[in-house]
Amino acid sequence: MRLEIKDLHVHYGKIEAIKGISVVVDEGEIVTLIGANGAGKTTTLKTISGLRKASSGSIIFDGQDISNVPAHERVDLGISQAPEGRGIFPGMTVLENLEMGKFHRKNRKAEMSDDLDKVYTLFPRLKERASQSGGTLSGGEQQMLAIGRALMSRPKVLLLDEPSMGLAPQMIANIFRIITEINKTGVTILLVEQNAQQALQRAHRAYILETGNVMKEAKASELLNDPAVREAYLGTGAHS
Amino acid sequence: MKIRNYWNLRDWGADIWERANRPKRVAIAVTSIILVAHLPFAGASFLATPIAAYDAVLVYPVGIFVLMALGLNIVVGKSGMLDLGYVAFFAIGAYTMAIMGTTTGLNTWEIMPFGIVFAMLAGVILGLPTLRLRGDYLAIVTLGFGEIVRLVVLNSSWSKGPNGIANVPMPPDIGPLKFKLDDQKVFFWVVIIMILLTIWMIRRLSVRRPGRAWEAIRQDEDAAELMGIATLKYKIWSFTLGAAVGGAAGVLYASKNLFIAPEMFTLNVSILILACVVFGGIGNIWGVIVGATILGYLPDRIRFISDARLLVFGIVLVVVMNFRPDGLLPRKKREKAIVKKEVNA
Repeated sequence: MRLEIKDLHVHYGKIEAIKGISVVVDEGEIVTLIGANGAGKTTTLKTISGLRKASSGSIIFDGQDISNVPAHERVDLGISQAPEGRGIFPGMTVLENLEMGKFHRKNRKAEMSDDLDKVYTLFPRLKERASQSGGTLSGGEQQMLAIGRALMSRPKVLLLDEPSMGLAPQMIANIFRIITEINKTGVTILLVEQNAQQALQRAHRAYILETGNVMKEAKASELLNDPAVREAYLGTGAHS
Repeated sequence: MKIRNYWNLRDWGADIWERANRPKRVAIAVTSIILVAHLPFAGASFLATPIAAYDAVLVYPVGIFVLMALGLNIVVGKSGMLDLGYVAFFAIGAYTMAIMGTTTGLNTWEIMPFGIVFAMLAGVILGLPTLRLRGDYLAIVTLGFGEIVRLVVLNSSWSKGPNGIANVPMPPDIGPLKFKLDDQKVFFWVVIIMILLTIWMIRRLSVRRPGRAWEAIRQDEDAAELMGIATLKYKIWSFTLGAAVGGAAGVLYASKNLFIAPEMFTLNVSILILACVVFGGIGNIWGVIVGATILGYLPDRIRFISDARLLVFGIVLVVVMNFRPDGLLPRKKREKAIVKKEVNA
């Protein structure tokens, strides 16, 4: 299993948001895309999950070119995304949200209780809130729900779009700890983050995106100590 | 808080229903259906409409409005797509009845499936290219579609243009039940049966996969797609089922009215049906039924004040929507609370 993006171009109308990005994610890795606002991180992720159409370039998953596969069928192949801004269904309960994550699975009835148990083990808080509606959860809980729901489809690759967005520092640490845990169960993870510090600490490899281009690709630990990267994305002042 | 609860008719009704066991529920349902079926006999009471014949008003606007509002609610309420051209499907049903009824010698019941199928086909043809659009854009396109259908029948010879089609046959009698112009009880009962079938269909679908999919699409379309829901397919299904109900209503309307013309299928009808849905409570079948009943009935009930009646009608709309912005019988409360929360965030 390997996710490979080759020379990807994506347009919003006439504006080119992604200008030829190539990214490789190998089985079992945590790979992170970091970069400032407008770098094209979210667009890249949406193109992989199929929410946006690529203008050119290819997305190869498991040896198959999936560029023209519609988004809902990519879930069957094993690509699952927790969307930016969490994207939970606010009017459904936590349990119903999680059940939606299995919507497309053929033998969903047989798998349901097993997978619910798995998600509840990762996120005990969701079990407490099972009958509460999604919209009444706190930001951190909603993020847990989004990740948990994405896991319900038994993905091979999990795409996470800024899981730390708008969360308190303690919750961010918590979420990242769980992301590592999920990875250890064999799920490959492609993580988009603005919180470069946390992302680089957890990831194996990283790509730095800038205005639709890949500026740098390296081991996450190397980037964490790279002076230029520290300057641009990690801050050098009081925090270090 | 107490006052609010007192006014929350939806929860009040749901409470009674939840607490009732199966025989009790059947009893409630059967009693209400019998009561409603007896409405045409209440012509001498305070319900009577001045000027217009009471039993005719019960069929159109009231009955047909309820039927159409239920159909539109599948599109607007269940899957959250704003359709401003719903009258097109009504018109397609009505013209199918009028043309086939005057030329082929088939009766209303035989033409009914054709009307439904043609409306559904129109739904697919319109839906395939346009349902990729969302929100306001979809609304504009559907609005255009409604006007296109009206202009086509207005300017075509097969539809007899602005003259309309006269002498549309009435439905054949069902045993002792006779369809008559001056006594429309039987029409009303037919409408009730169609409404019940529609309710049954919506309720069946709501608790199954299509209902779940529509719900997800309405709340967050991108997230729905990411769950593996073929959003376009489910949206077209929703659109097409709505169209089918509209088409069926159209067939019955033509057969009851005996005459149809393009001016009966203007944008006003689409807007009015949408108003029924919003006024009653988007997404809640019972709300929609109450809304359509009131908006269909009220203008005829107050017809004695002649020109001022539309003013009164408008005032009632504005006042009610001010006090109950989610409609008379809104859908489940937990969804309302959330919308407010999202606005604040």
